[in-house]
Amino acid sequence: MGGYAVRRILLFIPTIIILTMIVFFVMWIIPGDPALFILTGGGEEDGGTGVREEDLQKLRHELGIDRPLYIRYADWVWDLLRGDFGDSIWYKIPVMDELKNRFPVSIQLAVMAIIISVVLAVPLGVLSAVKQDTPIDYLARLFTISGVALPTFWIGIMIVFILAFWFNWLPPLGYAKLWEEPLKNLQQLIFPALALGFHDLAAITRLTRSSMLEVLKDDYIRTARSKGLREAVVLFRHALKNAILPVLTVSGLRFAGLLGGVVIIENIFVVPGIGNLLIDAIIHQDFIVIQAVVVLTAVIVVCLNLVVDLLYGVIDPRIRYS
Amino acid sequence: MIVGNRTQEEGLPEFAGGRQPQRLWEVILTFSRRKPVGATGGVILVALVIIAITAPWISPYDPYEIFADHRKAPPQIAYPLGTDQLGRDVLSRVFYGARISLYVGIISVAAGISLGFVLGAVSAYIGGTFDLLFQRVVDAMIAFPGIILALTLIAVLGSSVNNVIYALVAVLWPGASRTVRSQVLSLKEMDYVIAARAIGMSPARIVVRHIMPNCFALYIILATITLGTAIITEASLSFLGLGIPGDVPSWGGMLARASQEFIKSAPWIALSSGIAIALAVFGVNLLGDALRDVLDPKLRGR
Repeated sequence: MGGYAVRRILLFIPTIIILTMIVFFVMWIIPGDPALFILTGGGEEDGGTGVREEDLQKLRHELGIDRPLYIRYADWVWDLLRGDFGDSIWYKIPVMDELKNRFPVSIQLAVMAIIISVVLAVPLGVLSAVKQDTPIDYLARLFTISGVALPTFWIGIMIVFILAFWFNWLPPLGYAKLWEEPLKNLQQLIFPALALGFHDLAAITRLTRSSMLEVLKDDYIRTARSKGLREAVVLFRHALKNAILPVLTVSGLRFAGLLGGVVIIENIFVVPGIGNLLIDAIIHQDFIVIQAVVVLTAVIVVCLNLVVDLLYGVIDPRIRYS
Repeated sequence: MIVGNRTQEEGLPEFAGGRQPQRLWEVILTFSRRKPVGATGGVILVALVIIAITAPWISPYDPYEIFADHRKAPPQIAYPLGTDQLGRDVLSRVFYGARISLYVGIISVAAGISLGFVLGAVSAYIGGTFDLLFQRVVDAMIAFPGIILALTLIAVLGSSVNNVIYALVAVLWPGASRTVRSQVLSLKEMDYVIAARAIGMSPARIVVRHIMPNCFALYIILATITLGTAIITEASLSFLGLGIPGDVPSWGGMLARASQEFIKSAPWIALSSGIAIALAVFGVNLLGDALRDVLDPKLRGR
């Protein structure tokens, strides 16, 4: 296990470094002069006429872009390590303050989506596998095929549509914090989480079904049955234990996708998370905020993938020796 | 979907492109018989392509034409799918929207998958430190959730049809290159490749003669499966108001305001564009799954 973990962690460090480089260079190289970009509001076709040179110099200095690129990169990374994401260009407040409020909301949304999808998908997948080629199985398969095909935002819109049409419910404007009004908070986030997790719900159902079908063909299941064990014991104690492995890995790895989906779902359901922060920042050309959100999201995803890989090494010894 | 192994093995020789040369329609016919569900997906996709091409002739109105006294008119004979908040015919906009969706989707998939192919194959073929480092770049690229990466690039580049395509290419190539790399790595160890190297064939020739033909099936599969992702991502960007600009008819753009402000007063706007997107992705996914089963059963579940 030791060697595997060390190897995996050694690969993790360059990935993080390259990741920060990509974000940094995309943000600060392609737009040409960001100061000009900010002052002209992105309309660089006029070549910056009507922008005063001293404003430009001042902003360049404020942004620190009058220094060489590699020093700026090193500075930025050093600040990141100390938890300083810089000040928002638009709101003029430290980005960290905003992230502290926003990130937990989005993470909660993603975690709720995973819980909802796994809790519903595993039993459905098992049922579909056990009742293979019966109407229940066909229904479950139809559900998974359509669920995988429907875009997340379409599901979100449909949920809003149904709620608005039949229950006269619209996304609330205020947001209840989890620690202050837990019940109201869960009530607010349950539908966005369902919409966000719907795609995974379908995908995991499908995976559980095929994984279960494979395991049920194995010899040790036949042995378990011939020993006269109850079917429930065979299914849940013997079969599911092995069938669940790929399901767990995939659920862990799907987190990246969920953090992407959060952007859309927060927009539809008016949830004050990083998704709406990112959209706001893009509209206001607030590169400091965009940079912070993007780098933090990607780092979280990479760390999570590392954890999933390490856990997988613990659960399944075969992987360590490959 | 689970299909017995026997069917697949029977299906294989026809598509492995070997024994007897077949006419295109025969291949399609065989495919439809073996994979009716996938063929249905293909029919949906072909229908959408036809709609996209013939949009100017089959649309009842100009998609930009505003009927100011018929704002948010419900579906009726004059406007089969109603009109939107400005009084434009929804059906015409859905037809023209197919153009944008498919154009952006197909171009970005072709470019993205091709780029992924070249980079993945090169990385696998060179191997060593280059491969090790380059795969960390791919790791880093994959760590960005697709929509967030695309949004960031749009923020930097500005929103236009071409920039949406560039953003999609950036999102699509890393995953493709990873898959291709592993395919090339295993092909490199094949006896016939080792034999080719032993008789002194140049690496370039080995790649062109032996590696690339064996990756063709993978290319088709990846392209089909990714087309759905591309269509969804483009629609999501336009939905957020950051993809296809303003009044250009696009499915995502039609959903943007319709879903929030008019979902109760004019649900047909959001419903028709949403169904169009769902149908397109549904068709592409069905076809992609079937093609994967037929062309390369090993890839199932990926």
